[in-house]
Amino acid sequence: MAEAHDRPPEQFTLKLRRYDPESGDAPYWDEHTVELEPHRSVLEAILQARDRFDGSIGIRCSCRQAICGSCGVRVNGEPSLACHTHLDAAKAGAENGVIEIEPMGNMPVIKDLIVDMDAVHWKKIQRVTPWLLAKQPVPEREYLVSKESMVDVTQTMACIQCGACVSDCLAMEVDPGFIGPAALAKAYRFVGDPRDDEQFERLNDLAQDPQGIFDCTHCFKCVQACPKDVNPMGQIMRLRRIATSDQHIVDQNNGERHEAAIVGLIRNYGLLHEAELIPRSYGGNSWFAKFTPAAGKELLSSLPVIVRGVLRGKLNPKIAIFGHKIPSADLKAVQAIYDKIESRPERYELNLYIVGEDEEPAPVAAAVGVGPGGEAADASTSTEGSDEQ
Amino acid sequence: MKVAYWPGCVSRGFTPELHGSMAKVAPLLDIELVELDRACCTGAGVIAEHNQELADTLNARTFALAQQVDGAELMMNICSTCQGAQSECQERLDANAEYRAHVNTTLANEGLSYEKGLTNKNFLWLLVEEIGLDSLRSRVKRPLTNLKVGPFYGCYIVRPRERLGIDSEHPRDRYMEQVIDALGGTVIEYAGMRKCCGFPIITMNKEASLKQAGRHLGDAVDAEADCLVTPCPLCHLNLDLQQPLAETVVGRNLKMPVLHLPQLVGLALGLDPKELGLSRHVVRPTSVIDWSTSVVAAAAA
Repeated sequence: MAEAHDRPPEQFTLKLRRYDPESGDAPYWDEHTVELEPHRSVLEAILQARDRFDGSIGIRCSCRQAICGSCGVRVNGEPSLACHTHLDAAKAGAENGVIEIEPMGNMPVIKDLIVDMDAVHWKKIQRVTPWLLAKQPVPEREYLVSKESMVDVTQTMACIQCGACVSDCLAMEVDPGFIGPAALAKAYRFVGDPRDDEQFERLNDLAQDPQGIFDCTHCFKCVQACPKDVNPMGQIMRLRRIATSDQHIVDQNNGERHEAAIVGLIRNYGLLHEAELIPRSYGGNSWFAKFTPAAGKELLSSLPVIVRGVLRGKLNPKIAIFGHKIPSADLKAVQAIYDKIESRPERYELNLYIVGEDEEPAPVAAAVGVGPGGEAADASTSTEGSDEQ
Repeated sequence: MKVAYWPGCVSRGFTPELHGSMAKVAPLLDIELVELDRACCTGAGVIAEHNQELADTLNARTFALAQQVDGAELMMNICSTCQGAQSECQERLDANAEYRAHVNTTLANEGLSYEKGLTNKNFLWLLVEEIGLDSLRSRVKRPLTNLKVGPFYGCYIVRPRERLGIDSEHPRDRYMEQVIDALGGTVIEYAGMRKCCGFPIITMNKEASLKQAGRHLGDAVDAEADCLVTPCPLCHLNLDLQQPLAETVVGRNLKMPVLHLPQLVGLALGLDPKELGLSRHVVRPTSVIDWSTSVVAAAAA
């Protein structure tokens, strides 16, 4: 790192998205060239442009060290903290070497790079009752809980409320009412807290809400966006897991039924029996689901799609009716795995955010992919973004 | 090259043209496919949502079966969702020896064991990294000249970057553009190319799901793409099978053909469109294919 810090100042060109809703003018792009050492941050570059060329550039910032979460922007189209993005890296990732800086998405722009966090992000945080609803009676002095029981929620506690995940949430892009990744990660912080008294109520609320935990489209955008490795999508999956498996909440959004259908169909067939997925998601995890009113209605509305698929030879009627299976000996082996794991008194979960990665060297073995030139290291040695979900 | 081949479920179920076209294309690229027909579904992230250890064990079983394939250089899949779901399980299995041993205890009942360090690549990655773009280019018999192709990646194969090994040396999130270019086509960039097709919430929030599909298809129409190409059969379900419904949700005509990656490669390598299952799509790729001559329409123009 010392070498990077020794490099002399270079010129960096910034392309800033400018917009002042009060002016009545349309948004426009504005370019400025600044001079800074390459290891300096995008935030420092924006501030230099403001100081030297145009005092009207709007940017919000405070700590300048990735703690306060104020300077969330999009750098080259990706949500980032401006203070946490080095200029050399930003330039390397920029088209034609010009660093493009825009306000975050999914939130209205107040001015230039400043978005209205109150209108979206903080409203959603408030939606999930972001405080402890303590078990009674409240002890006179401090609560005593085991260290292990709190470790589980430390990942969500790392959130600095910068809004980067909200900015690029793809479910929110089409469904602005979705509670969203930051607020749902905050919800897990209390659902997973052993001192909280209302786990069921919290989960039932978030499961029954059509824009709650089952509205997440599993796109990993928030996992990628988070500068603090909070893994919001992973927290949403944990909320779903506890809601369905522990609290047995059956929601009105088909969330629990959809999960049970996929898990159950793979147990029964080894492969996904797609034709059974819709009826079971709407009508319950049984072959008879298709005769329930909810499933019947949905199947009827999908009839044109089904007919077209069959006519085109896309849907093989035999597979649509009977499904496809793996060989019976293998299916038995798969079912034995299900039986063993699902009968454990407690789920066994590995959270890499907590335990990290061990440092043993990769063994040399005559197995697929460990030969020379194997790329496995690419996918297996990184710790960033490697938390459980 | 010999690969342990995981076709996935949907490619043999609701998008049979994907598995079929891969089988046709493989010999032209000197790929020998040894199908992992004993392996089960990856769970598509939903089994992991239900029980992480169950997902990790079922996928470790698949990895162990792949490692038993004699002479296979690596494991290959043809589904972005399989790639993502398997990579996530592999990340945990490879990261922690104790956990791996725990999972292998369950597999031991079948005499199987997963050893750390499997290489598992989607067909897209294999095309660029193992076969190489120059070699691919040299095999093209019917260049996709003037054909405007928009890539649609699918979330699971582009995020999170670190887990999927995407970096400046392996720009796997740009490989589709490189492949389209190598096949002689014109790359169309559009807003939705790395966004979500909406499939995971089709039974939970159908309107939002179809709005996602419809919006990205509409972006591609506006960018004047002739067709899209995807390495993910689940995306294909929402973008093609559900396209008529997506049209009603976004309130516009789309008529955008969506090809599977092996189909696009097969066309350029000279295969017959029908053989590649192009007649099986809901949105017929008439803008791509001149059905009377089986020649890429745009190239003939």
